[in-house]
Amino acid sequence: MSDHSAIVSTIAEVLPEWFLPDNRPGYAGLIVPSERIHEAAEYLKDQKHFDMLTSVTSADYFPEDRLEMVYHFRRSTGGEPLRIKCILNRKDSQIDSLVDVFPGAELQEREVWDLMGVRFMGHPDLRRILTWEGFAGHPLRKDWKEPFFEEEIKPYKSRWPDGKFIRAEEKNPLGDNLCFPPGFDPESWVPDKDETLYKSMTRVAKAGEDGFDSDTIIVNLGPQHPSTHGVFRMVARLDGETVVDLKPVMGYLHRNHEKIGERNTFLGNMPFTDRLDYICSMSNNFAYALAVEKLLNVTPPERAEYIRVIMAELTRIVNHLVANGFLLNDLGAFFTPVLYSLEEREFILDFFEAASGSRMMCNYFRFGGVVRDLDEHMMGMLKAILERLPRKMDELEKYLIGSEIVRVRSEGVGILTPEAAIANSATGPLLRASGVPYDLRRADPYSIYDRFDFDVCVRYHGDIYDRFMLRIDEIRQSIRILKQAVRDIPNGPVLTGKPQYQVRVPAGEAYGRVEGPKGELGFYLVSNGKSNPARYHVRAPTFINLTSLAGMSRGNKVADVVTILGSIDIVLGEVDR
Amino acid sequence: MYGLGILKGLSVTLKHFILTFVDDAKRGKARYQSPQGIAYRQSTELSGLFTVQYPEEKLPVPEEFRYIPFLVYEEEDGQKKLRCTSCGICSKVCPPQCIYIVRSVDPETGKPVPNPAEFCIDVDICMNCGLCAEYCPFDAIKMDHDYEIASFDRIKHHVFDISRLAKPVSYYASIRPKNYKTEEEAREAKAAAKQGAASV
Repeated sequence: MSDHSAIVSTIAEVLPEWFLPDNRPGYAGLIVPSERIHEAAEYLKDQKHFDMLTSVTSADYFPEDRLEMVYHFRRSTGGEPLRIKCILNRKDSQIDSLVDVFPGAELQEREVWDLMGVRFMGHPDLRRILTWEGFAGHPLRKDWKEPFFEEEIKPYKSRWPDGKFIRAEEKNPLGDNLCFPPGFDPESWVPDKDETLYKSMTRVAKAGEDGFDSDTIIVNLGPQHPSTHGVFRMVARLDGETVVDLKPVMGYLHRNHEKIGERNTFLGNMPFTDRLDYICSMSNNFAYALAVEKLLNVTPPERAEYIRVIMAELTRIVNHLVANGFLLNDLGAFFTPVLYSLEEREFILDFFEAASGSRMMCNYFRFGGVVRDLDEHMMGMLKAILERLPRKMDELEKYLIGSEIVRVRSEGVGILTPEAAIANSATGPLLRASGVPYDLRRADPYSIYDRFDFDVCVRYHGDIYDRFMLRIDEIRQSIRILKQAVRDIPNGPVLTGKPQYQVRVPAGEAYGRVEGPKGELGFYLVSNGKSNPARYHVRAPTFINLTSLAGMSRGNKVADVVTILGSIDIVLGEVDR
Repeated sequence: MYGLGILKGLSVTLKHFILTFVDDAKRGKARYQSPQGIAYRQSTELSGLFTVQYPEEKLPVPEEFRYIPFLVYEEEDGQKKLRCTSCGICSKVCPPQCIYIVRSVDPETGKPVPNPAEFCIDVDICMNCGLCAEYCPFDAIKMDHDYEIASFDRIKHHVFDISRLAKPVSYYASIRPKNYKTEEEAREAKAAAKQGAASV
């Protein structure tokens, strides 16, 4: 019995009326009665040291009258996640909010409310997050249908054998496929002026130390603003130039990736995962492949494992180069450092292009391996990159580290304490720069990371400068891993079994996760034995890391908020999904 | 001294600036507008400018590069014969469902004929994932290298039908020589095995 299952069974034995094991075939974890979830979470946190709530999601089991809340708890010291479920009914789905125990649940619970319609009692700010206020229905419910709805699952029958092409616009966009909330008239509708949003923000009119009783104002940064790295909006309440409170507003790029994923076949989701975090498509592929492989119970051949690690680590280098470059852009070092970073990135993208056929949308992983092998020429390319990168990293470091402007703007700014980072479920560089040496590659190893010799980078001040430096440290460690991988890579096949375009996935659930460049990237899948996933959830690291944004920004100047956001390193394709 | 860090940083920029001219002087005209120049600018020995002046210069794409798919046809006595049998696997595997196929039917018997009557790809929707080419059992649909497909009218030009999609085998062999070779070898081996089995 593994360490983890021992913990699960002891918890279930000690408190049998609270925790029931989930005995369905293919399922794991514990079921908690929904009215007990708050106490159970407190118990797990205080008595069992599960101090991180990494993921909050839900699954709809329509046509059964059954909605499940799915929580993944982790220990910040490492180990497998503990999966807790609560069973709700679909009509009157409500459950206690965990925000007061785990502040990291805030955005995630809002997402579940928005997309699945579970009401969280006691949530401080339960508004929709990805869709707009007044959106009709909750789109992830199985009985919700989108405009231009064709069929429940792909492939659609209208494509073959009688696939007469019809342009989507010709299907009358204002016909019966368009659905408004009851009582909504698009002609007379006036958008609300975000009153609820503004009212939800703390207003501490500071009867000042300087003797002036100043009022606060609300400033919207974004959504169309070059500093927000996409269409992202920050609503800040300012006292003079100081941020009193801040709320992230997102969803401008929302396309309901998860609903698309539930319509797609398992394989068809692979290229869609590229589009989540489009800087690091290989990591996204990796996490999704791991999740499906857990369900299928296959392991890739040795050579494929090494290729996967090579790709994942190159992706990490690419991401950190881009993140640091654009962070310096935000600091005012306009485009020179980012272009030096992009120059190095080009070589890696050339390598990706030769391997997968595309520079950014790689679609390179398959269930049980990778698409194609790396030949001698490509290994030569990789070696040349590894020879050049350390040299260039030294140069980049020399270029920027000493600069007084960078240091003044970033040291001691946007501090995130380790306690707050863990409580907010932060992962990735954000967490490690706050002094928590938590890296899934070590904490809960996957693939073949246990074979490589590398350090978990950690820095202790939790400010922008440390996040910046931590990324440079991580690039160095990635180069170390890559050198070992290039040295040790064996010959052999790169795919287990025959390539299949319609995989039959056994019923069950799985949570596949990797330490992506931005944090823990997880895919929670439920299969009902058909060719498409019944539930497909993406635990997006940057989305959850944004929970920490308000806390880091409070008390800082408004100009620093831009750099604090840059230091979290968000990609809106993943935040909004 | 305060400000020294900035100067140190600026020295890196200055080095880059000077190297640009040094490299240009050293390599002369061959650095630009020539295949060797582009190859040099893609290699890791590069110093100086790394930009490629599109569209005067174009980066060569690797063999595996994938863009909008095309249909491979063989030329037999002047007739274009598509390899496609309209089995529909590409259309089933297509993640955004942009492939539309109408199967031909024999007008006399009413039975399906292995030949597409219509085949179109909505290239506005195609995400260039390459799954259709990967899973086609007849090597009939392949990913293209021609990435310059911008046009003025999306309604007229962005749905590719057979006339636009069909390209000869020789074109395929020219853009993907390695893949073509392995596929031909596999096909010959299979044919030989079949013949061997038949003669036994």
